[in-house]
Amino acid sequence: METVQNDIKAGLKDGLPIGLGYLATSFAFGILSNSLGLTLLEAVLISMTNLTSAGQLAAAPIIAAGGRLIELALTQLVINMRYSLMSISLSMQLDKNIGIRHRFILAFTVTDEMYAVSVGKRRPLGMKYMLSLLIFPYLGWTLGTLLGAVAGNILPAVVVSALGVAMYAMFIAIVTPAARESHPILAVVAISVALSCLFFYLPALEAVPDGFVIIICAVAASVVMSIVSPLPDDEIDASADTKDGGDTEGSEVMGDA
Amino acid sequence: MLDFGQFLISLAVMAGVTYLLRLLPMLFIRKKIKNRFVRSFLYYVPYAVLSVMAIPALFHATDYLASGIAAAVVAVTLAYFKRSLITVATGSALAVLVLELLIPILI
Repeated sequence: METVQNDIKAGLKDGLPIGLGYLATSFAFGILSNSLGLTLLEAVLISMTNLTSAGQLAAAPIIAAGGRLIELALTQLVINMRYSLMSISLSMQLDKNIGIRHRFILAFTVTDEMYAVSVGKRRPLGMKYMLSLLIFPYLGWTLGTLLGAVAGNILPAVVVSALGVAMYAMFIAIVTPAARESHPILAVVAISVALSCLFFYLPALEAVPDGFVIIICAVAASVVMSIVSPLPDDEIDASADTKDGGDTEGSEVMGDA
Repeated sequence: MLDFGQFLISLAVMAGVTYLLRLLPMLFIRKKIKNRFVRSFLYYVPYAVLSVMAIPALFHATDYLASGIAAAVVAVTLAYFKRSLITVATGSALAVLVLELLIPILI
């Protein structure tokens, strides 16, 4: 049996760059929630209880508009479903001594970036390592949201408007390099954007709430590509390596099917 | 504007769904997912979600359509050349800032 990774210093060291990245992303979220009319407290509460970028960006307009709870729940389900897959794979790598009760806390370590770093250790992971890994990303995510919401209140309107695009730009920064390396990902992106534009610009589809548009378009595009170009059988972990950390790795595994 | 009680209910729903998605597999599933379709689907979903959320919403996220489109073009270009997350976001925001300062003068 390999030795368990349970070093606090290693956890903090691995978490620091993630925390700095989260500081920037959640700053953009703070700005955005401010422009949607959410209060500083509300924005920070959302970040502290969710710790998920795309899910929060999708939820903020729904919450701000007093949208239906079912729309909110389904949106989060589709957007954050990937965490379940990561959770399964992370769970198998956790130190056997970590009991059920501790897993309630460790569920919070399942984000794209922390997952990529911890599973990438390729050895059993201890409670101390996982907890220390969580600290900087959690603080960064919370603090960034706070700063963004404050900045939204004090910066000139033209600067706030400009910073409002930061979160969308970050999504593009995640998707584009992956689409460049992998034709199937490029295809799923193209289908998604085409459907999304249909819902946005066709008068007949205008009435569909934003949350459902995300669900319908993303599920349709993913189903089509899962049928046309399924993952190879042997690479089980590749499916979980998405977004920042695993982008290029995942797409290399995918190849040009 | 929504009241705080209403907000807390929404928050609980949102956080509850997200948390359970992370927690339940950690508690109950001990085997990897073998189903090829499910694995493929979960692999594609994040890219699909991010794409749907970004376009065309970004075109209309600013005061002028031109600055929104410029933000997207700059972001895709920088990202295509594998610039970091922060660089892409800053570049895109700068493009919007410059255009939104210029457009009112030019029109």
